Amino acid sequence: MIWSDVAIDPIDPSAVLERVGAPRDGAVALFLGTVRDHNEGRPVGGMEYEGYAEMAREQLAAIVAEAASRAGTDRIAAVHRLGELAVGEVSVAIAVSTPHRAEAFDAARHVIEEIKRRLPVWKRERYLDGAAEWLAGRAPGVEPGGGAAVGAPGGDIEAVRPRGREG
Amino acid sequence: MEVTVLLFAAHRERVGTASTVASLPDRATVGTLLSELRARGGGWADLPRSPAVAVNRSYANVDSELSDGDEVALIPPVAGG
Repeated sequence: MIWSDVAIDPIDPSAVLERVGAPRDGAVALFLGTVRDHNEGRPVGGMEYEGYAEMAREQLAAIVAEAASRAGTDRIAAVHRLGELAVGEVSVAIAVSTPHRAEAFDAARHVIEEIKRRLPVWKRERYLDGAAEWLAGRAPGVEPGGGAAVGAPGGDIEAVRPRGREG
Repeated sequence: MEVTVLLFAAHRERVGTASTVASLPDRATVGTLLSELRARGGGWADLPRSPAVAVNRSYANVDSELSDGDEVALIPPVAGG
């Protein structure tokens, strides 16, 4: 099945894995993004994920459909979490199954890279010293109409240089 | 016509609100809307000159024409994953 969601509920990776797989598949790739305990030398206690949920669901569904098409599989599932996450918790899970490994790795990689490029989600790191900061993100690299842009986004889009860690 | 404007994350905190309604002339574009918002002063004037924008949940640009009832989101640089 092709499945995706953006939700506040904790992510169960095994439940995501169960959405893929078929007798003809010899490879299953699972990618998990987790909250890290440090960024640029500062100890991190947790992360708040905010999203434009309705648009994020549509974008993630489109990303997953693209990846499925590229990989020639209809066994792919992806979920992104929103809300307050503690260090070590899973913020994103992507599972893909294909007959051979290359397509599974490639599809999982495509989904996470496109999430970082265009999913309308933002994160605020909470540091152990009590401070909290929105992480500098990247200008969405998508052309109007939803197609993936080639190269850098257009000059009419706010340019902010990615900084520091990414999930 | 009227459009609903949504703000998220750093944009929301800069302006101090998560949504607003803007009244615009017919055939207004995203650029028209951004000018109207910035003219409100305060935190609105501090918004980036050309933020990324989505119209009805699809990425758009400053030349995109708006229609009555559209939902326009100002999208800060994204940081998912």
